Amino acid sequence: MSDVLPQPLPPTPGQTVGPFFGFALPYERGNELVEAGTPGAVRLHGTVRDGAGDPVPDAMLEIWQADPAGGVPARSGSLLRDGTFTGWGRAETDREGGYWFRTLTPGATEAGRAPFFHVTLFARGLQTRLFTRAYLPEGAGPATDPLLASLDARDRATLVTVREPDGSLRWDVRLQGEGETVFLTYDEGAGAGRDGVGA
Amino acid sequence: MTVQDTGPATAPDAAAETQAQLSAEIEAGHAAYAAGLERGEPQEHGPRKNWPPYRSSLLRHPTKDLRHADPETIELYSPVFGERDIGPLEADLTVQRGGEPIGERIVVRGRVVDGEGRPVRRQLVEVWQANAAGRYVHKRDQHPAPIDPNFTGIGRMLTDDDGWYRFQTIKPGPYPWKNHFNAWRPAHIHFSLFGREITQRIVTQMYFPGDPLFALDPIYQSIQDPRARERLVATYDHDVSEHEWATGYRWDIVLTGAHRTWTEPEDGDE
Ligand SMILES: [Fe+2]
Repeated sequence: MSDVLPQPLPPTPGQTVGPFFGFALPYERGNELVEAGTPGAVRLHGTVRDGAGDPVPDAMLEIWQADPAGGVPARSGSLLRDGTFTGWGRAETDREGGYWFRTLTPGATEAGRAPFFHVTLFARGLQTRLFTRAYLPEGAGPATDPLLASLDARDRATLVTVREPDGSLRWDVRLQGEGETVFLTYDEGAGAGRDGVGA
Repeated sequence: MTVQDTGPATAPDAAAETQAQLSAEIEAGHAAYAAGLERGEPQEHGPRKNWPPYRSSLLRHPTKDLRHADPETIELYSPVFGERDIGPLEADLTVQRGGEPIGERIVVRGRVVDGEGRPVRRQLVEVWQANAAGRYVHKRDQHPAPIDPNFTGIGRMLTDDDGWYRFQTIKPGPYPWKNHFNAWRPAHIHFSLFGREITQRIVTQMYFPGDPLFALDPIYQSIQDPRARERLVATYDHDVSEHEWATGYRWDIVLTGAHRTWTEPEDGDE
């Protein structure tokens, strides 16, 4: 008998968000974490594409992020959008696969760490949600971040936003194929990362 | 006419395929999984993303393994939701339109916990579903079943301080979709859940016990492991039923996120 830790409970499996989430999950100004004209407001935007390079018009993205000072928001109001910065937003893709958020630039939660938007992705045809990160393009971060440093240049590029001439941040998602986005697991168990092993 | 599920990822002739063809693919997949377990391959807890029987997934599943990341600070937290985010009637899907929706009134109740059994407190639960006839209030739903003017099929609530959620609704009907010829989804309620940490976030579907469509459904069967599939099936709970009012179902949810993956206990001890 080894002195193993108590077994965690088995997880509830995920299932696809299906074709009909659009009337239920997206909500008014879900993608507007700050109001237009807010000092420091930045637009995060891009396109979600499938394995053929075609836009995915029935996907949904959620972002979760630190505030500009690196603080973790702990304020309710994401569904209300009364001017409180909650750090969380939800956007569905349009007919051309496009999405956008108006938000604030995330800060580093610890000195020297690379700030990023945590992203959760859902779509019809996607069996369970996918996690990934969209990092800021500037600063030493991309060179020092443990995850980015572990990736080759091509994979790393899929996780780093691009600063557009208008100051916005562009971040495209490729579900499959050429330039496939790197998706993440936080599981630590046997086979973590293999298809089907995680919830 | 059936539900529109014809995105670019669906083969144009998909609806010509028979249930027998689909069922054979499902069976072959499950047999391969069982053989893998015998060889010592890891137990699975979720659905396969690469699962051809769900035709819409063909061009939408990632082909690479997920990369492991250690959660950073922001990922060890979830967004905070509060009473002000939700209207007082949003946990009752039978009162949202002024009149009584048609169908079998039910109460669904359960507890949301993490892998260590700790309650997920004061967290957002969103649900959506078809009406009793199997029809969604969604413009893409073309199933020729009646829309119920008194039913939206959308609910939201917060878990309480001990992780419990509860809502009242109408039992959804099964509905056809275009995955293959004569394809029907078992009755289900969609759930969107947040955990204690963002890494625990999932969207899933709750099913009803004993549904004869389980074996035929490529989405339910995308979960290879039978024990994992059973975790999506609610149980009838007479303690949740209400006298002369509604039958009750119990469905508990475990959100594990970044923590150690659970493994089925072995018979022989180490
Ligand atoms: Fe559904």
